Amino acid sequence: MELLGTIVVVIGTAFLFLGSLGVFRLPDVYNRLQAGTKCTTLGAFLTVIGVGLMNPGWFPKTLLIALFILLTNPISSHALGRSGRKSGVPLWEGSVVDRSDDLKEQEPRE
Amino acid sequence: MTQVVCLILIGAGIVLCLVRMLKGPSTVDRAVAVDTSATVTTALLVMLAAVFKRYVYLDVALVYAVLTFIGAVAIARYLERGL
Repeated sequence: MELLGTIVVVIGTAFLFLGSLGVFRLPDVYNRLQAGTKCTTLGAFLTVIGVGLMNPGWFPKTLLIALFILLTNPISSHALGRSGRKSGVPLWEGSVVDRSDDLKEQEPRE
Repeated sequence: MTQVVCLILIGAGIVLCLVRMLKGPSTVDRAVAVDTSATVTTALLVMLAAVFKRYVYLDVALVYAVLTFIGAVAIARYLERGL
Protein backbone atom coordinates (compact mmCIF):
# COMPACT_ATOMS: atom_id res chain seq x y z
CA MET A 1 0.00 0.00 0.00
CA GLU A 2 2.91 2.31 0.81
CA LEU A 3 4.50 1.65 -2.60
CA LEU A 4 1.19 2.20 -4.44
CA GLY A 5 0.66 5.49 -2.62
CA THR A 6 4.18 6.66 -3.45
CA ILE A 7 3.72 5.87 -7.14
CA VAL A 8 0.40 7.75 -7.25
CA VAL A 9 1.97 10.76 -5.48
CA VAL A 10 4.87 10.87 -7.95
CA ILE A 11 2.48 10.81 -10.93
CA GLY A 12 0.38 13.54 -9.31
CA THR A 13 3.32 15.85 -8.65
CA ALA A 14 4.51 15.38 -12.23
CA PHE A 15 1.09 16.52 -13.42
CA LEU A 16 1.21 19.51 -11.04
CA PHE A 17 4.60 20.59 -12.37
CA LEU A 18 3.50 20.21 -15.99
CA GLY A 19 0.35 22.24 -15.34
CA SER A 20 2.38 25.06 -13.81
CA LEU A 21 4.79 24.91 -16.75
CA GLY A 22 1.78 25.30 -19.05
CA VAL A 23 0.64 28.35 -17.08
CA PHE A 24 4.11 29.80 -17.51
CA ARG A 25 4.62 29.10 -21.21
CA LEU A 26 1.33 29.11 -23.13
CA PRO A 27 0.53 32.23 -25.19
CA ASP A 28 -3.03 33.13 -24.19
CA VAL A 29 -5.31 33.55 -21.18
CA TYR A 30 -7.60 30.74 -22.32
CA ASN A 31 -4.79 28.32 -23.14
CA ARG A 32 -3.24 29.04 -19.76
CA LEU A 33 -6.59 28.48 -18.11
CA GLN A 34 -6.91 25.11 -19.80
CA ALA A 35 -3.45 23.95 -18.71
CA GLY A 36 -3.86 25.36 -15.23
CA THR A 37 -7.21 23.68 -14.71
CA LYS A 38 -7.01 20.20 -16.21
CA CYS A 39 -3.46 19.27 -15.24
CA THR A 40 -3.76 20.80 -11.80
CA THR A 41 -7.09 19.14 -11.01
CA LEU A 42 -5.78 15.69 -11.93
CA GLY A 43 -2.44 16.32 -10.23
CA ALA A 44 -3.92 17.52 -6.97
CA PHE A 45 -6.46 14.67 -6.99
CA LEU A 46 -3.73 12.04 -7.46
CA THR A 47 -1.43 13.62 -4.88
CA VAL A 48 -4.08 13.82 -2.18
CA ILE A 49 -5.39 10.30 -2.87
CA GLY A 50 -1.80 9.01 -2.83
CA VAL A 51 -1.17 10.50 0.61
CA GLY A 52 -4.40 8.84 1.76
CA LEU A 53 -3.15 5.51 0.42
CA MET A 54 0.19 5.92 2.20
CA ASN A 55 -1.57 6.47 5.56
CA PRO A 56 -4.80 4.40 5.53
CA GLY A 57 -6.13 6.05 8.69
CA TRP A 58 -6.25 9.40 6.89
CA PHE A 59 -8.14 8.12 3.87
CA PRO A 60 -11.64 9.60 4.60
CA LYS A 61 -10.38 13.14 5.04
CA THR A 62 -8.09 12.98 2.00
CA LEU A 63 -11.02 11.64 -0.03
CA LEU A 64 -13.06 14.63 1.14
CA ILE A 65 -10.33 17.09 0.07
CA ALA A 66 -9.91 15.33 -3.28
CA LEU A 67 -13.64 15.36 -4.03
CA PHE A 68 -13.82 19.03 -3.08
CA ILE A 69 -10.98 19.91 -5.46
CA LEU A 70 -12.55 17.79 -8.19
CA LEU A 71 -15.88 19.59 -7.85
CA THR A 72 -14.82 23.21 -7.32
CA ASN A 73 -11.75 23.67 -9.53
CA PRO A 74 -13.69 23.49 -12.84
CA ILE A 75 -16.31 25.89 -11.48
CA SER A 76 -13.80 28.58 -10.54
CA SER A 77 -11.91 28.25 -13.83
CA HIS A 78 -15.16 28.46 -15.77
CA ALA A 79 -16.03 31.67 -13.94
CA LEU A 80 -12.55 33.09 -14.65
CA GLY A 81 -12.74 32.26 -18.36
CA ARG A 82 -16.21 33.74 -18.66
CA SER A 83 -15.10 36.93 -16.94
CA GLY A 84 -12.07 37.17 -19.24
CA ARG A 85 -14.30 36.82 -22.28
CA LYS A 86 -16.75 39.41 -21.02
CA SER A 87 -14.08 41.92 -20.03
CA GLY A 88 -12.67 41.71 -23.55
CA VAL A 89 -9.33 39.93 -23.22
CA PRO A 90 -8.24 39.18 -26.82
CA LEU A 91 -7.61 35.69 -28.14
CA TRP A 92 -4.20 34.55 -29.36
CA GLU A 93 -3.74 35.37 -33.06
CA GLY A 94 -3.29 31.68 -33.87
CA SER A 95 -6.70 30.74 -32.50
CA VAL A 96 -8.90 28.85 -34.95
CA VAL A 97 -12.48 29.05 -33.71
CA ASP A 98 -14.42 31.39 -31.41
CA ARG A 99 -17.97 30.38 -30.57
CA SER A 100 -18.52 32.86 -27.77
CA ASP A 101 -21.15 34.65 -29.87
CA ASP A 102 -23.48 31.81 -28.89
CA LEU A 103 -23.20 33.18 -25.40
CA LYS A 104 -24.63 36.54 -26.38
CA GLU A 105 -27.84 35.01 -27.73
CA GLN A 106 -28.60 33.71 -24.28
CA GLU A 107 -28.26 37.16 -22.73
CA PRO A 108 -31.94 38.30 -22.70
CA ARG A 109 -32.84 35.51 -20.30
CA GLU A 110 -30.92 37.19 -17.49
CA MET B 1 14.22 10.72 -1.16
CA THR B 2 11.08 10.39 -3.25
CA GLN B 3 9.31 12.86 -1.02
CA VAL B 4 12.10 15.40 -1.48
CA VAL B 5 11.83 15.10 -5.27
CA CYS B 6 8.04 15.57 -5.06
CA LEU B 7 8.40 18.65 -2.85
CA ILE B 8 10.98 20.16 -5.24
CA LEU B 9 8.64 19.58 -8.21
CA ILE B 10 5.73 21.24 -6.39
CA GLY B 11 7.91 24.17 -5.32
CA ALA B 12 9.14 24.69 -8.90
CA GLY B 13 5.52 24.70 -10.05
CA ILE B 14 4.58 27.38 -7.52
CA VAL B 15 7.57 29.50 -8.59
CA LEU B 16 6.52 29.24 -12.26
CA CYS B 17 2.97 30.33 -11.34
CA LEU B 18 4.35 33.28 -9.36
CA VAL B 19 6.52 34.38 -12.31
CA ARG B 20 3.43 34.32 -14.52
CA MET B 21 1.56 36.31 -11.90
CA LEU B 22 4.27 38.98 -11.95
CA LYS B 23 4.54 39.08 -15.75
CA GLY B 24 0.95 38.53 -16.85
CA PRO B 25 -0.29 41.18 -19.30
CA SER B 26 -3.90 41.34 -18.15
CA THR B 27 -5.66 41.02 -14.82
CA VAL B 28 -7.28 37.71 -15.77
CA ASP B 29 -3.79 36.26 -16.35
CA ARG B 30 -2.83 37.08 -12.81
CA ALA B 31 -6.09 35.68 -11.45
CA VAL B 32 -5.55 32.43 -13.36
CA ALA B 33 -1.99 32.16 -12.04
CA VAL B 34 -3.14 32.73 -8.47
CA ASP B 35 -5.92 30.14 -8.84
CA THR B 36 -3.49 27.55 -10.22
CA SER B 37 -0.90 28.19 -7.54
CA ALA B 38 -3.62 27.91 -4.87
CA THR B 39 -4.54 24.42 -6.06
CA VAL B 40 -0.85 23.47 -6.15
CA THR B 41 -0.47 24.82 -2.61
CA THR B 42 -3.36 22.63 -1.40
CA ALA B 43 -1.49 19.59 -2.71
CA LEU B 44 1.69 20.91 -1.07
CA LEU B 45 -0.04 21.15 2.32
CA VAL B 46 -1.25 17.55 2.04
CA MET B 47 2.31 16.48 1.10
CA LEU B 48 3.65 18.30 4.17
CA ALA B 49 1.11 16.42 6.30
CA ALA B 50 2.53 13.18 4.91
CA VAL B 51 6.15 14.28 5.42
CA PHE B 52 5.81 15.53 9.00
CA LYS B 53 3.16 12.92 10.03
CA ARG B 54 0.77 15.59 11.30
CA TYR B 55 -2.94 14.90 10.85
CA VAL B 56 -3.87 18.53 11.60
CA TYR B 57 -2.32 19.81 8.36
CA LEU B 58 -5.14 18.09 6.43
CA ASP B 59 -7.62 20.47 8.08
CA VAL B 60 -5.44 23.39 6.97
CA ALA B 61 -5.49 22.06 3.41
CA LEU B 62 -9.28 21.67 3.44
CA VAL B 63 -9.89 25.21 4.74
CA TYR B 64 -7.37 26.60 2.24
CA ALA B 65 -9.17 24.87 -0.65
CA VAL B 66 -12.54 26.28 0.44
CA LEU B 67 -11.23 29.84 0.88
CA THR B 68 -9.37 29.95 -2.44
CA PHE B 69 -12.44 28.66 -4.29
CA ILE B 70 -14.54 31.46 -2.81
CA GLY B 71 -11.80 34.00 -3.60
CA ALA B 72 -11.48 32.90 -7.24
CA VAL B 73 -15.25 33.09 -7.79
CA ALA B 74 -15.37 36.54 -6.15
CA ILE B 75 -12.53 37.86 -8.35
CA ALA B 76 -14.22 36.46 -11.48
CA ARG B 77 -17.52 38.06 -10.57
CA TYR B 78 -15.80 41.39 -9.90
CA LEU B 79 -13.99 41.32 -13.25
CA GLU B 80 -17.20 40.41 -15.06
CA ARG B 81 -19.65 43.04 -13.88
CA GLY B 82 -18.23 44.85 -10.86
CA LEU B 83 -19.14 44.40 -7.24
